[in-house]
Amino acid sequence: MIQFNAADLVWLLPEIILFVTASAVVLLSVIVRPEARSGLAALAVIGALAAGWAAYGLSDGNVELFSRMVIVDPFATYFRYLFVLAVLGGVLLSVRTLQTEGGNRSEYYGLMLFAAIGMMVMAEAGDLLMVYIGLELMSLSLYILAGFYRRETRSNEAAIKYFILGTLASGIFVYGLSLLYGLTGTTSIRAIGEIVSAGGLSRPALVLALAMVGTAFAFKVAAVPFHMWTPDVYEGAPTPVTAFMSVGPKAAGFAVFLRVFLEAFPAAQPDWNNLVIVLSILTMAVGNIIAIAQTSVKRMLAYSSIGHAGYILIGLVGGTAVGAGAVLFYLLMYTITNLGAFGILVVLQREKGRVETLDDFAGLGKTHPAAALGMLIFLFSLTGIPPMAGFFGKFYLFTAAVKAGYVWLAVLGVLMSAVSAFYYLRVVLAMYMQEPAAAGAGEPMSQPSAVLAVTIAAFLTVGIGILLNPLLSLAAASLPKM
Amino acid sequence: MPETHLPTQYLPVLLLLALAAGFVVINLVMGSLVRPKRPSAEKLTPYESGIPPIGQAQRRFNVRFYLVSMLFVLFDIETVFLYPWAVLLKKLGMFGFVEMAVFIMILLVGYGYAWKSGALNWD
Amino acid sequence: MNLDQAFFLYFAAMIVVFSIVTITRKNPVYAVMALLVVFFHVAGLYVLLNAEFIAALQVVVYAGAILVLYLFVLMLLSVPREALGAAAHRRWPVYALVGGATTFEIALLLARSKFAPRPGPYPPDVVREMGSTQAIGTVLFTEFLYPFEVISLVLLVAMIGAIVLTKKWTPAQGGEEGR
Repeated sequence: MIQFNAADLVWLLPEIILFVTASAVVLLSVIVRPEARSGLAALAVIGALAAGWAAYGLSDGNVELFSRMVIVDPFATYFRYLFVLAVLGGVLLSVRTLQTEGGNRSEYYGLMLFAAIGMMVMAEAGDLLMVYIGLELMSLSLYILAGFYRRETRSNEAAIKYFILGTLASGIFVYGLSLLYGLTGTTSIRAIGEIVSAGGLSRPALVLALAMVGTAFAFKVAAVPFHMWTPDVYEGAPTPVTAFMSVGPKAAGFAVFLRVFLEAFPAAQPDWNNLVIVLSILTMAVGNIIAIAQTSVKRMLAYSSIGHAGYILIGLVGGTAVGAGAVLFYLLMYTITNLGAFGILVVLQREKGRVETLDDFAGLGKTHPAAALGMLIFLFSLTGIPPMAGFFGKFYLFTAAVKAGYVWLAVLGVLMSAVSAFYYLRVVLAMYMQEPAAAGAGEPMSQPSAVLAVTIAAFLTVGIGILLNPLLSLAAASLPKM
Repeated sequence: MPETHLPTQYLPVLLLLALAAGFVVINLVMGSLVRPKRPSAEKLTPYESGIPPIGQAQRRFNVRFYLVSMLFVLFDIETVFLYPWAVLLKKLGMFGFVEMAVFIMILLVGYGYAWKSGALNWD
Repeated sequence: MNLDQAFFLYFAAMIVVFSIVTITRKNPVYAVMALLVVFFHVAGLYVLLNAEFIAALQVVVYAGAILVLYLFVLMLLSVPREALGAAAHRRWPVYALVGGATTFEIALLLARSKFAPRPGPYPPDVVREMGSTQAIGTVLFTEFLYPFEVISLVLLVAMIGAIVLTKKWTPAQGGEEGR
């Protein structure tokens, strides 16, 4: 009756390590003295590193566990690495700001680890039910993190908005799921794929279900027109949480997108292809064009992250293996760069008050040359200027689009990158061409861990060219089953 | 229609429900027909043991109530999972026992956290 | 129309009517009471499907616990009655139009579809034979073992979140000053 082998649990080691660490962090936060709480950040970092190491140790696995609820394959492993990176960045960026603004409650780190577990569950899911549970675990943790600075009205507002719209998206997802179950009698991704391929399903209901499931994913990756929450939530949430939120859930959303749409619905590809094209065009256009009008750098980065979701969607068009590989590669580039860009905002933060507006960046090249150089690197990478990481990411995405026969879409992507150069370079201009504002705003506070994270991100962004081939072959070897 | 899957064994429950609902409706209707209706300001004020009412009846509750009820809901859901498990325990054997033990251990972390953080204290 | 359909229509109609009542009440307490009626009728639908266990859960968890939570939240907010009046429903025609159009569209698509899923291993006769609690337990604790364990993580995070966001921390716990 029961097919269970305790040895199978080894494959879940990264999640188990993260869970044990997260529980320890949460419990210790009410046990240790308030001054010792930043030590728990170190514990979280060690846990995340251990999970990454475990994922590496299991990287040659290709197994299906627990009635195919979980798939540990190279695809899942690739995303495990990504989420470990995201959570490491998130924790390192948070340490000091959590003490000064966040009420110094170190449950925060535990929640970040729980969110990472949710993302891993999503990326490893072999069953739509697991996708949903992972989605809820991730989202729930993020709602709490967005509202974690209880004294900040903006943080509260961000949490409420994110929560209400997020639960709406979850509801739509479950509705789509119930339709799929009604059509096929199963929630297993592979079984659904077989039934859809066999044909004979009612097309209207299938398209409706696809649209609903797609809507939920589009919401999580902040694709237009389901992006309304993004600017407000990204701006209102604590900056380190924004950094985490802009990379982790996006990668998880695309992981599920790839897994579900390429494995369960290749037969329905003509139905969803146009949907993805429209989403992609809208997302690139709206994200990049509205970003121009922003005076707050944090909000500008929020819109730019919408625009980047649009580029990534290009890789899904056509449903080709090359496209999927390009998406995986781009997600890695984007994760590193975006963590760094938001990280600069964190690093510049002062004892009282955040650094967010364009004016705050005036003359930064003179006052804080290192931070300005870092920002320059990340903005160039986001624009896609060689030899930064973002250039390679975009290069392979657009190449994939051309190979899939969508030359015009690639051209549009390049055009939109040119538009994005306008608002990215405006920050660069402010940093290097403008005079610093009157002194007295105070110095940035000392944040060794955040500086460390940003420095690593900067080196990775610049030096990715050296690692290009191994990373590309890693991405190519990590494709989902198609 | 080949066969009906109507759960006929629930007919008594349905009858009981109908009876209960009917009792309430009939009493209310009868009451409103029979009783005299002469409202006055005095009569319409909420009854507070004969003391003149102070302020609004709807007051803002302390957020602690929310915390307690939230914890209640969560443990309630945990309990719900115990029902089918208890029914099946013999069949599942040791495997089922360990399975539920893991489930409860995970939630025990939350319980321990609630306890140590003082969320279960009223003050 | 046979008895199955008659019962279904009754429950479905009541759910629709009281859902509308729920979202149109100005007084949130009345809305919650209407929601209670909805929950009970949803439970009725489950009984109709031979899923007594789920029906019982619906009553215990939703009607029993979650509704109480709703009431507490309402009382936390304690919105004065006057504030509820004007602004809330000013644009209701727009909402009704959008919602109505979406509902119509979905209904149209569904009416043109045929749902004929593969029969699972638990058709109604089997479920009635072994009891729905047993049937659910058997599936939940074997095939769906992993989701079952991960659910506990979701509950755990919810618990931590509720405490972290609402608890008043004492100074010894590093509680914030002046709140």
